[in-house]
Amino acid sequence: MKRFLIYLSEILILFVIQTSTFHYFGLADIMPNLLLILVVSSAYMRGRLTGLGIGFFTGLLMDIVYGELIGLYAFIYMIIGYFTGYANKIYSDDDYTLPIVFAAVGDFVFGLYNYIFDFLLRGRLNLLFYFRRIILPEMIYTIAVSIFLYKLLHMINHHLERKINEEE
Amino acid sequence: MRRRTKFHINPKHVLIAGVILCVGFLGISFRFGEQLAPVRSAVGAVFTPMQKGINIVGTFLSDKLDNFRDINDLLDENKDLKDQINVLTYENKMLLQDKYELDRLRDLYVLDQKYQDYPKVAARVIAKPGNWYSVFTIDKGTKDGLAKDMNVLAGNGLVGIITECYYNYSIVRSIVDDKSYVSAMFLKTADTCFVQGDLQLMDQGKIRVISISKDAEIEDGHEVVTSNISPNFLEGILIGYVSDIELDASNMTKTAYLTPAVDFEHLEEVLIITELKEPQMKEPPKESDSGAETPNTETPATETPATETDSGAAADAESGTDTETGTNIE
Repeated sequence: MKRFLIYLSEILILFVIQTSTFHYFGLADIMPNLLLILVVSSAYMRGRLTGLGIGFFTGLLMDIVYGELIGLYAFIYMIIGYFTGYANKIYSDDDYTLPIVFAAVGDFVFGLYNYIFDFLLRGRLNLLFYFRRIILPEMIYTIAVSIFLYKLLHMINHHLERKINEEE
Repeated sequence: MRRRTKFHINPKHVLIAGVILCVGFLGISFRFGEQLAPVRSAVGAVFTPMQKGINIVGTFLSDKLDNFRDINDLLDENKDLKDQINVLTYENKMLLQDKYELDRLRDLYVLDQKYQDYPKVAARVIAKPGNWYSVFTIDKGTKDGLAKDMNVLAGNGLVGIITECYYNYSIVRSIVDDKSYVSAMFLKTADTCFVQGDLQLMDQGKIRVISISKDAEIEDGHEVVTSNISPNFLEGILIGYVSDIELDASNMTKTAYLTPAVDFEHLEEVLIITELKEPQMKEPPKESDSGAETPNTETPATETPATETDSGAAADAESGTDTETGTNIE
């Protein structure tokens, strides 16, 4: 229950930060994909089921507030969460590089998905431009932020786990 | 831990259920997008105050930081500026004289004057969904008298249109957005055209103007305003200034670039005209309310049928060639 509440507040806080407009946070008009970092790192730390759940609800929130169709974001975040969850098998408590790689790959997949479903379908064929203008900068920035954000999320998770172990 | 093992489910099954759920949601929202508005409204009502709050904090902090950084620059600047004031006060007097003349001329220029009389409401930009869109949230909604399809301005240029309006927030699609498509015309010659947002051109601060009649006598720097035949935009709002006019390969229409009158990079406050363009109704209002609202989910969706009627109307006014390009765009 407590874990659930913590996940919920993590989603809410990161959502508000990501969508807020104060650009001093964004570089070159690009915002890092904080929610994706959350999905990927929880999936890595907790496994497929958690990744899938958090991904689904995060995506659903994006869909409800901003999406044109409900389900598009929920789907991709869920898929990313699920497949990152496989990496839980090689989870190690002090590996800080792997989740960053996952965040990069996840963001790339997310960007590609967004491009295909929203731009390619409307006949915008210049993938290279969109890659250079949005996908790549977003990836780089997401990687940079994930270094710190993962540490924070890892700390929260670590704390939670210790509490639960103490109780039992 | 024991509890958890008993509760074990195969993640694969959950994934399948989730995918089905997503597809279901997609179908539902595609078919009944309109009915979901209350849900969106409720969720948005929770987030709007939070986004507003974090904006205030963020702006406050960065302002404070800037203060420290800028103090030396400011001292130097202050000295320069004092010198400039002397020069400017003189120039200002000259300009005032010109202004009186301008005012007189403006009175003659009815079109220009038109949209200064519309009732307006100011609102603050509070959120932006992601890197792919030039869509933003403003902190006013139906409770402040706003409604869907109201025109949004900043300074004296067109910013965009409200695509979704909820209790205390609204979503605005700006004209530089990739999906934006505005029916426009040249102020000087009244030649119609379409202003189409393009993500690729956004970095250069430009948008595309298409379907200009090849006979239109236009030059770089001419003003482009919203057209009288647009279904959603009020007539005569300045969009921007045209440049780089080129004849299309088809040899029937011209294409050009347009520099918007509004600075989209630093958009913090906008004005919303609280007057809607009189909707075109085939039948008395009772029926058309539900009829007009069905393709509601997105502006392009509502604009698409309009585009066709627009180019049809344009073809009547211009040569017959426009109809063909009008359908080609689709």
